[in-house]
Amino acid sequence: MNTPIGKKIVLTTFLLGTVLILISIIAISAGSSGVHFWETLAILAGKTNPDSATATILYQIRLPRVILAAFVGGSLALGGLVFQALLRNPLAEPYILGISGGSAIGAILAMLLGLSYFPGVTIFSFTGSLLVLAFVTTLAGTTMGNTMLSRDSLLLGGVMMNAFCAAVIMFLISMTRSFQVQHILYWLMGDLATMQKGQLPILLLVLPCFVIIFILARPMNLLLLGRETAAAMGINVKSIVMLLLVITSLMVSIIVSLSGLIGFVGLVIPHIFRLLLGPDHRLLVPSCLLGGASYLIVCDLLARVLPSSGELPVGIITALIGAPLFIVLLLRSRT
Amino acid sequence: MSHILDISNISLSFRDKLILSNVSLEVSAGEFFVIIGPNGAGKTSLLKVLSGLQKAQKGTVTIKDKNILNYRRRNLSQIMAIVPQHIEVGFPFTVADTVIMGRSPHLGILGMEGENDFHIAEEAMKFTDVSHLTDRKLFQLSGGELQRVIIARAICQQPEIILLDEPTTALDPAHQLKIMDLMEKFRREHGTTIIMVSHDLNLASMYGDRVLLLKSGRVVKTGDPKSVLNKELLEDSYGCRIQVDESPLGGVARVTPIPDKYLHNYD
Repeated sequence: MNTPIGKKIVLTTFLLGTVLILISIIAISAGSSGVHFWETLAILAGKTNPDSATATILYQIRLPRVILAAFVGGSLALGGLVFQALLRNPLAEPYILGISGGSAIGAILAMLLGLSYFPGVTIFSFTGSLLVLAFVTTLAGTTMGNTMLSRDSLLLGGVMMNAFCAAVIMFLISMTRSFQVQHILYWLMGDLATMQKGQLPILLLVLPCFVIIFILARPMNLLLLGRETAAAMGINVKSIVMLLLVITSLMVSIIVSLSGLIGFVGLVIPHIFRLLLGPDHRLLVPSCLLGGASYLIVCDLLARVLPSSGELPVGIITALIGAPLFIVLLLRSRT
Repeated sequence: MSHILDISNISLSFRDKLILSNVSLEVSAGEFFVIIGPNGAGKTSLLKVLSGLQKAQKGTVTIKDKNILNYRRRNLSQIMAIVPQHIEVGFPFTVADTVIMGRSPHLGILGMEGENDFHIAEEAMKFTDVSHLTDRKLFQLSGGELQRVIIARAICQQPEIILLDEPTTALDPAHQLKIMDLMEKFRREHGTTIIMVSHDLNLASMYGDRVLLLKSGRVVKTGDPKSVLNKELLEDSYGCRIQVDESPLGGVARVTPIPDKYLHNYD
């Protein structure tokens, strides 16, 4: 038989964890005022005391931003993984149930009201996505009566929700004066530049979500085989599906309220790891978490470093790199 | 006589359509029980009700002297395994992955298998003769191989009852017999109860201890194969001409549906 799954999980987690740490240090040291890799490592380890300007840049600006990128990337990749399994649809991504639409409307309203980015926009966008989540789950629950949450009604409910929200968003933008439009567009494309140190504690809220999703990794494997087969092998399908749906949506809502709508990470990272590691979620959950984190840190680094002045929204980079990367992997897996 | 499974007066309807009406049956421990009947008679629904996947509106299902509604899904799955009619092969799980999934109802909260679980899975694969396919993906298998993998998964669950929904429908005669002989051998060695839905009346005749004939959601007759596989009952239930005679194997009934072009020999 194969290597026991426990060993594989430890090995992959260790490898991807090492990659994540290395990438983080590179991302913290790179930038317009570059600090050498080893020097950064020494400073972070507390071996050298940096001058105050370097300390400010590293601790107040770059480190929080790298942490945010890691949490956002990991959560979005994990969210995509869960929704692809739950809906058994390869096109599913973390925003598919309409979370993106709801939070975008919330965020745009907050910006139009002239609220500060934090906590104003964050709270509005979180509220927006919760309202959508409540609506979509109720819809899915009631249309199916006492039977299980149907994946088709969930999917359609989410798509309709997103379409409706897109119309509202377009309406709001069309009514907006021009200087605000760029703010809104940056938010819609996903932007980590607005990160402040004070926001970091909020990120801790997603940690329990990670744990619960990892515990439910095996039931997710069985759900891939169909809901009746999963039930026949001892899974309480209705409660597991509902729990995964709510936990994952909450996680994504928290993340989106801090980072805006960063696309593509949640779609492509799960597919990449599925191609590399196979369909077992006990392996995919930690891999997507760490891999998604590393990927978004790299993309954010490029978004900061590539333009000669200013920054690109990171959402542009994620798709620009992710799409070709995925196609290459797809072609290689066929041969 | 101990009944491992007891169903009394089950009724099930979907919207206004009556699917099962007042169905009752008992199955003894270690029995090979076959459910037959025309398409749409409610065979698969009956299987779903007695496995707890579908709740009936009326009547009770009792498994090992306990109402099925009082079981947790996990505990029920330790007693009962299901070999479904349709098998999802879209995701690239290997044969080994698939078979060991049968251990699910026996695993702890993190769902990690131990050495014992791998041993049980290996034995199951050996029993159904799929050990050589361990690392193949499900979609690379032939119909007969796939069915044996799914049966290995069911065996891996170490159940007292195995439910099979038309396990031989898509197979050639040799593979049909291989599947049926496997189930019969497993039953003999472990005393497992087997409940099978089938369209193949001759398999029902050769392997069944008892046969239940279902028509439009009602039980026409339950009994030993010879009494149920009766010309009048079958013709009335299936709505075609059917000849029943003694099989050359001896002791069992042989059922032959008669095509139009041969009808003149029988009128």
